[in-house]
Amino acid sequence: MQRYSGFGLAKHALTHHENWQRMWRNPTPKKQYDAIIVGGGGHGLATAYYLAKEHGMTNIAVIEKGWLGGGNTARNTTIVRSNYLWDEAAHLYEHAMKLWEGLSQDLNYNVMFSQRGVLNLGHTLQDMRDIQRRVNANRLNGIDGEVLDAKQVSEIVPMLDCSANTRYPVLGASWQPRAGVARHDAVAWGFARGADSLGVDLLQQTEVTGMRIEDGQIIGVETNRGFIGSTRVGCVAAGNSSVLAKMAGIKLPLESHPLQALVSEPIKPILDTVVMSNHVHGYISQSDKGDLVIGAGIDGYNGYGQRGSYPTVEHTLQAIVEMFPVFSRVRMNRQWGGIVDTCPDACPILSATKVKGLFFNCGWGTGGFKATPGSGNVFAWTLAKGYAHPLAAPFSIDRFHTGQLIDEHGAAGVAH
Amino acid sequence: MLHIYCPYCGEHREESEFRPKGQAHIIRPKDPVNTSDEEWGDYLFFRENPRGIHHEMWVHAVGCRKFFNVTRDTVSYEILEVYKMGEQPTVTAATQQKGGQK
Amino acid sequence: MSQINRLTQGGRIDRSKTLNFSFNGTSYTGFPGDTLASALLANGVDIVNRSFKYSRPRGIVAAGAEEPNAVVQLGSTEAAQVPNVRATQQALYQGLTAASTNGWPNVQNDVMGLLGKLGGKMMPPGFYYKTFMTPASMWMTYEKLIRKAAGLGRSPRENDPDIYDHMHRHCDVLVIGAGPAGLAAALAAGRSGARVIICDEQEEMGGSLLDSRDLINGQDPALWAAAAVAELLAMDEVLVLPRTTANGYHDHNFVTLHERRTEHLADTAPQINGQPQARARMHHIRAGQVILATGAHDRPVVYANNDVPGNMLASAVSTYIRRYGVVPGNKLVLTTSNDYGYRAALDWHEAGREVVAIVDARAKPDGDLVKAAREKGIRIITGSAVFEGKGSKRVSGARVARIDLDNFKLAGSVEDLVCDTIASSGGYSPVVHLAAHTGARPVWSDEAIGFLPGKVKGMTPVGSARAVYSLSAVLADAVEAGASAAAACGFESGGIELPQVQSATEGPACALFQVPHEKPTMRAPKQFVDQQNDVSAAAIELATREGFESIEHVKRYTAMGFGTDQGKLGNINGMAIAARCLGQTIPQTGTTVFRPNYTPITFGAIAGRHCRDLFDPERYTALHSWHLKRGAKFEDVGQWKRPWYFPIGNESMHDAVARECLAVREKVGILDASTLGKIDIQGKDAREFLGRIYTNKWEKLGVGKARYGLMCKDDGMVMDDGVTTCLAEDHFLMTTTTGGAAGILEWLELWHQTEWPELEVYFNTVTDHWATMTITGPRARDLLSEVTDIDLDKDNFKFMECREGQVAGVPARVYRISFTGELTYEINVQANYAMRVWEALFQHEAKYGLTPYGTETMHVLRAEKGFIIVGQDTDGSVTPEDLGMQWCVGYDKPFSWIGHRALTRPDTKRDDRKQLVGLKPVDPKVVLQEGAQIVRDPNQTIPMKMVGHVTSSYYSPVLNSGFALALVMGGHKRMGEKVYLPMADGKTHEAEIVSPIFFDPKGARQNV
Repeated sequence: MQRYSGFGLAKHALTHHENWQRMWRNPTPKKQYDAIIVGGGGHGLATAYYLAKEHGMTNIAVIEKGWLGGGNTARNTTIVRSNYLWDEAAHLYEHAMKLWEGLSQDLNYNVMFSQRGVLNLGHTLQDMRDIQRRVNANRLNGIDGEVLDAKQVSEIVPMLDCSANTRYPVLGASWQPRAGVARHDAVAWGFARGADSLGVDLLQQTEVTGMRIEDGQIIGVETNRGFIGSTRVGCVAAGNSSVLAKMAGIKLPLESHPLQALVSEPIKPILDTVVMSNHVHGYISQSDKGDLVIGAGIDGYNGYGQRGSYPTVEHTLQAIVEMFPVFSRVRMNRQWGGIVDTCPDACPILSATKVKGLFFNCGWGTGGFKATPGSGNVFAWTLAKGYAHPLAAPFSIDRFHTGQLIDEHGAAGVAH
Repeated sequence: MLHIYCPYCGEHREESEFRPKGQAHIIRPKDPVNTSDEEWGDYLFFRENPRGIHHEMWVHAVGCRKFFNVTRDTVSYEILEVYKMGEQPTVTAATQQKGGQK
Repeated sequence: MSQINRLTQGGRIDRSKTLNFSFNGTSYTGFPGDTLASALLANGVDIVNRSFKYSRPRGIVAAGAEEPNAVVQLGSTEAAQVPNVRATQQALYQGLTAASTNGWPNVQNDVMGLLGKLGGKMMPPGFYYKTFMTPASMWMTYEKLIRKAAGLGRSPRENDPDIYDHMHRHCDVLVIGAGPAGLAAALAAGRSGARVIICDEQEEMGGSLLDSRDLINGQDPALWAAAAVAELLAMDEVLVLPRTTANGYHDHNFVTLHERRTEHLADTAPQINGQPQARARMHHIRAGQVILATGAHDRPVVYANNDVPGNMLASAVSTYIRRYGVVPGNKLVLTTSNDYGYRAALDWHEAGREVVAIVDARAKPDGDLVKAAREKGIRIITGSAVFEGKGSKRVSGARVARIDLDNFKLAGSVEDLVCDTIASSGGYSPVVHLAAHTGARPVWSDEAIGFLPGKVKGMTPVGSARAVYSLSAVLADAVEAGASAAAACGFESGGIELPQVQSATEGPACALFQVPHEKPTMRAPKQFVDQQNDVSAAAIELATREGFESIEHVKRYTAMGFGTDQGKLGNINGMAIAARCLGQTIPQTGTTVFRPNYTPITFGAIAGRHCRDLFDPERYTALHSWHLKRGAKFEDVGQWKRPWYFPIGNESMHDAVARECLAVREKVGILDASTLGKIDIQGKDAREFLGRIYTNKWEKLGVGKARYGLMCKDDGMVMDDGVTTCLAEDHFLMTTTTGGAAGILEWLELWHQTEWPELEVYFNTVTDHWATMTITGPRARDLLSEVTDIDLDKDNFKFMECREGQVAGVPARVYRISFTGELTYEINVQANYAMRVWEALFQHEAKYGLTPYGTETMHVLRAEKGFIIVGQDTDGSVTPEDLGMQWCVGYDKPFSWIGHRALTRPDTKRDDRKQLVGLKPVDPKVVLQEGAQIVRDPNQTIPMKMVGHVTSSYYSPVLNSGFALALVMGGHKRMGEKVYLPMADGKTHEAEIVSPIFFDPKGARQNV
């Protein structure tokens, strides 16, 4: 692999950048792999990378029906945080956070992970109780965080209206300094380049059309480029998980919903952290290019159309103008939608299935981006060993039959 | 924004008057006590979630407060049929496929 | 210097009146009818901005929405600032103040430009992914530096002084665009009687007719446009919306239109008769049929240094000359692939300035306009193109050579032409953006050399939006589409007679995107594709070299099309270049997806009036004005404003609450409980229904009796609670939590309508119909007896009973229930009588020590009794058994009620579930923090094993101690055990697990 560095950049400048190599190959599918990952988004590519790097499995393929990182990886608002309420979720997301903290160096690809801090605002007394509960739990779980009052919030975000004039005045917030944002596309590309360099075949424009199962064991997948064999298949397909599951005769506790987001035109730096509000229902940060990156909740209906309904966008901007009245004259440039696979308890599924050798990593709903390296890391472990990584074990699909849910709606009430 | 025909009001109204209520035709087991944990979990949480034809329930939340069923394509968002509670759809994935083969 | 480029005549400006404006601190003049861009060009302003990445000087390129460079900061005061206004779409007004968004110390001499020149080589696309990685700790510092270069304009730092509003409209036919196609379609539809809305983004309707060389009925086509607009305005069923952009096209023909109502007048909306008016308005349109008459954008040609000021679109040159009377230079070279580009040269020539040459990529152009140019003696160089512009702050020359597009190279000697303007036309791109918003992918047409709109149900593209360009064909196409659209909505159109059109016949165009250079693309001077994001042809080539083969990858790696123009100018060229690099065709390469907005729109306009007080409705009880007078502090509960506590004088909250609590325990307090949800339930099966929906039994509840009930979801988790009263055999009144009211009504309807339609039962919300006043405390009976005729004898009106009668002379329902543990009467009267009753009670204030109390005191009193608040002591993961409320569970009810089955699921049967207990701090002065986490071993290392958390915690004046409710794992069997609460300040509190009932455990006080 061609190492990236400032020095290398200067060297390439001298040769007019004519000698850069491909970041990944465009291989022809082999007939048989030791493992197949269906879904070439951030989570799938991370799974492949860690399978190759930490478990020595290099005869593997990532099968992607479109282009790498082209689903929710490319459409989210890039918030990374680990201040989840319940122990199981907190440990999983904190595992991801620790990987984020060294990811650019590990991948030799700058994913621009910016630990600029995340504020979760409280607007009611119950919000503040929930915030205290969550921050106390985080602290005892070894996750950074503190509870701020309205004045402290105002010092961090001077543009936020913390006065009593708003409909739901800001009473305080939780503050996770290590949280932040990252460059979403770069995460996919960095993992793709890393996986490719370890020998993983990244098969783009390859769509799975069926699952071949014999005697309850997965044998391989049918694709638009022919049958590809493997007795170990991990599906990491976010909004399309139910479609893949159906091919294997499995039903999942998922609904795929549109999740919309939008950006303003680029403006000069004015917002240095991430601000989220469940109650007023919006969240906002500013990209390094200057766009205000904004999102809110899902559209309530099922949708695979990568677009949602206008009132959702309208409500979101009402929330943003309510919180930041100075942004009223800033202009919205573009909106879009992703397809998020929501789970009844707002927690993911990292699980074996009743089909031997077939695993699912899905249900991340509105908040999967932040988990990308952690999700890939524990799912790779799970695929390599054939049973759940300890951090993944609580996220088995069985919990929907036993009732042992991990209800994170408080943490995920707003998309992020 | 979807434009939805309420079969009780007899009019098309804006989506913002309605609320989606998820997959239609989910029937609560008649004898819950003798339903297995697996069956009960399936009833509570497991959904078809198709890419394509979806039978779903909506409620005319700020209108007549009636629940009804909608057959909608989850990719094109086109509404193919609206029918009352207790009725069965005439447009299904199967009939659509047949139509496609003609 | 005064308007050196302004012609003495011609154009659609009003020379009789001068407008003063300033740009970058310099004063200029222009005329009504100008845009900021035309006025700047008239004044000879070349450099309007510096580019985003390389800080290159940039000038005005286009005359409309596709302009990438002339993006300015507008506003004369801090609060009126608007970032990123496109000068080509901003009407000039008296006193307009604008500035460039980039350039330091100024846009003429930008020191960043030096960095761009030197560092540009180091900044290929994606350079930041490849560097700034070591040391890891430095990234946040690097990022700060990178962010310094971020953004175009700036946000105001003061609140917006303007208001915005929304209109909701329905129509049969929505026509988007009022050029020849839109006007003709609207006329055809409008004359049928159909309800028509026609909108156009420009200051004046008419589109291309306003700067056309064609004639309609032998006259200037602008006259026909004006007549058409006048006719439409006169039609009752037609709404004409100028300065209105269709910015988003959504499902089922829902289109949002953004009307700029005052932006052409001033930077803040002028008042009308002292009243504010909306600066902008969003129209939400539900259309039967949509006619897309959005026209087409001229495409620039990509050649080296094509971004130096003086490089312009050929169509823009024509527009500035013909519509604004401005010739943006002296010596023109035109490079074109088609006939209509020739109009720029002809207009330039007719304006009396020099056309140095027309460089035509075609070998043998021969259309009418070509002939006209030849007749005027203009030099035409065929089979060639401009491959490089000269100059840095203004074009000084053009380098021209024969081109071999098949082999992508120059094919002859180079000729250097001296000029100050290079106009280019690579052909038209239909404006397909809106159609793409709904998910319809644009379709490539080889014949049109462009993308056409994809199919959308109920939408018809007309005219140049579907690559029909000759005026007569456009009009015919549009009339047909307008009549068809009306017919589809049930309106017969008589059709309209097509006017006589005289226009030039055009010869075929050739495909020209990037012009080859003497040097390979990677080594040639920059050939810009997306000027706003500084994306060059070399950047696209590099992206494909590095393996970015999908056009979406190319876009994301290079940032092509991410600007505020969303790639209107550059995207097709970019796709063509990517296709060439990948050895594919353009349709194989495909387009990226265009998203709303078509052009950017202020947040304020989208938000409309739904801010501040109107962000979410504020709900008040009938007694709100009394609470205000009494100095209550309020708490937001759902949408309600509820009195939180009633301080007297400078009393602290702690003191006020302690006083209120003691008043209830010792005398009598009164609470406005009107916000509790109230649902009237009637029908012969109402009782059966309650038994299915509540956890406990209802079959034996007699008339006039009340009962507390818990409600679960079918997963067994508590979702709501409240008291329901039997008013008659077939009539019940249910109360719900304040926040849960609407949701519970829908929940009841859901189960009735979808699962048990055979039950005869009806629900209606009566929350707002009844005001509820709770009087509670030892003197409650004495107080109530002063104002009621109801027999309050303790044996005749028992606990958990309801009576009807008169209170303060009005009909009332009085419930004897208690959320405080004290003797309590809940008085319910029709809401509009509430104030009379409340005041009647307060006539006895002094006599009984009647004290109003708020939600905080209510919380303390109920917690002393161990009564839960759903949503505070529960969180959606708590069962009735976890709450120790087995007494409220009908285990043997015949119908398996909602939540029943879940009691026996493996997880609900665990004995280490979190259970509701009381916590007594060992130090009575300590009030534990709500949300504090509980551990058994305070000395363990992090991560600690947490066994529960505090849900409610208060100081109790009657106990003279802090006390709390908590959910603790296996708590019911751990009474008397010590637990620990390690806090953020380093302190660890110690507490004992006790019963959650702290006060009057036998319930004696409520049964007096």
